[in-house]
Amino acid sequence: MKKLITAGQYLILALASLILLFPVLYALLVSLQNASESVAYPPVFIPDKLHWQSYVKAMETAPVFRFIFNSFVVSAIVTVGQLITASLAAYAFSFLTFPGRNAIFYVFLSTMMIPWEVTIIPNYFTIRELNWLDTYQGLAVPFLASAFGTFLLRQAFMTLPRELYDAARIDGCGHFRFFLTMVLPLSRPALGTLAVYSFLMTYNQYLWPLLVTNKDTMRTVQIGLAMLQWDQAAAWNSIMAGVILVSLPAALLLIAGQKQLVRGLTAGALKG
Amino acid sequence: MAWRNIGRAALYLGPSLVIFTLFVFYPLVKSVRLSLHETNIVGVEKFYVGFQQYVEIFTTGNFGHNLWLTFLFTLYTVVPGIVIGMGLAYIANWRLKGIGIFRTVFASPLVIAVASASMIWMLLFNPSAGVLTFFLSKLGLSQVNWLSDPKWALFSVCVVSVWRSLGFNTIVLLSGLQAIPEQLYESARIDGAGSFRQFKDITLPMMSPTLFFVFIVSVINALQTFGEINILTQGGPAGATNVIVYSIYREAFFNFHFSFASAQAIVLFLIILVLTVLEFVILEKKVFYR
Repeated sequence: MKKLITAGQYLILALASLILLFPVLYALLVSLQNASESVAYPPVFIPDKLHWQSYVKAMETAPVFRFIFNSFVVSAIVTVGQLITASLAAYAFSFLTFPGRNAIFYVFLSTMMIPWEVTIIPNYFTIRELNWLDTYQGLAVPFLASAFGTFLLRQAFMTLPRELYDAARIDGCGHFRFFLTMVLPLSRPALGTLAVYSFLMTYNQYLWPLLVTNKDTMRTVQIGLAMLQWDQAAAWNSIMAGVILVSLPAALLLIAGQKQLVRGLTAGALKG
Repeated sequence: MAWRNIGRAALYLGPSLVIFTLFVFYPLVKSVRLSLHETNIVGVEKFYVGFQQYVEIFTTGNFGHNLWLTFLFTLYTVVPGIVIGMGLAYIANWRLKGIGIFRTVFASPLVIAVASASMIWMLLFNPSAGVLTFFLSKLGLSQVNWLSDPKWALFSVCVVSVWRSLGFNTIVLLSGLQAIPEQLYESARIDGAGSFRQFKDITLPMMSPTLFFVFIVSVINALQTFGEINILTQGGPAGATNVIVYSIYREAFFNFHFSFASAQAIVLFLIILVLTVLEFVILEKKVFYR
């Protein structure tokens, strides 16, 4: 009886996984079909053999690797930038006492309540005036600070024992050295969470790169994908090949950094 | 002592504050200004018009209709997203060997970016050769023009949004389930409570802060859904998916009517602000009770 229940549970889990993943699995199958299979009706599920040409076609139609490179550069800048700005700010909120600390904390908090649609038009003007359209700095600089990241790291810094700080002070260790040599190394899990989270969010950005890039060579992956769709010659198989190619880095990141990602996403839900 | 720290604090907080000032606070003020002016096609303020843009929003055009579409879109994505996410979280919480693999699978829609997801669903929705048409015909149902029929377009975009939201919802709801102490269930079982009673009397009440958090995040996300609509329907057919954020985008970056777009953005912002404040007030209360 117990075995039967377990088998049933696995069956339900497998079915749910299949339904949930069906779009992705189907995209993968179509990407391995030839052009005529990918438009056939009734639809072909399993290709007669593995047609890798669609991947070649996708790379010919659009500079897919250039897009991936661009997205990596922007995501790396934003990730490193947020780690620096957020950890510095979090240090001030957890280890420095100064007048107005709570007020400034609320200022940080308030940035999370301001949605992109009220900032995007003026930000577009700013980037245009700086002549930063079609540049990496135009894509990255507006996102170099993160209130979410600051809270996440502040939470982690505050769990460090106070005695650590006192001992460091007695040894004549300055704030910045204490920050670099003690606080940061001891907070690696939280830094990892923020890194995975901000990299993924930036890699998957859509609207901002759509607005501030026009040149094909500066397109990021999510915008570049649309190029495949506009190209009349591109069939579904090569479009899906493009989708699979650009999704691979993010999928690998999920598998490698799932623990960090889960911690980041649930940080807001479980207040502590 | 504390005053001496001000300079140091400024150094640590400075980088973040500079970015926030330039790219969050200044734009907010600028958007309000834009909404009170008439602008030319490159967005330069020409003259002050007071609240005229706001009056226009509510008297002319489709703002009311678009707001209604936004409400429907929110309703059709948030409710199914949470119900299905709760179901997935429930089965992902079973204690079985290899459950971690299923948890990764359930989280996976999270990493499929909006453009990729929309492209995949465009293929699935394809009316003449798509898989959904094929499945419908197997069930003996007639073909549906998912994206080009005004009656179905909003629903179809919702399907994509719900699918995309399941990764986040499942992960967060699962973490809520895992935080419920096992002893509660044990004592309930000793008292002879069945699994439905356990779900109703233990799981749901204990999950209420998490459910509320997911609800608010989902509503805010739904109110701001842009990518799916831009790729799948461009607000059409016949304005059937022209939700507020999409009309703001069209108004600003296609019609170059920046002031009118800004006024709409401010109205949407106020709606979201009320929801966010509500979240904080209620969440604080919940935390207090625990």
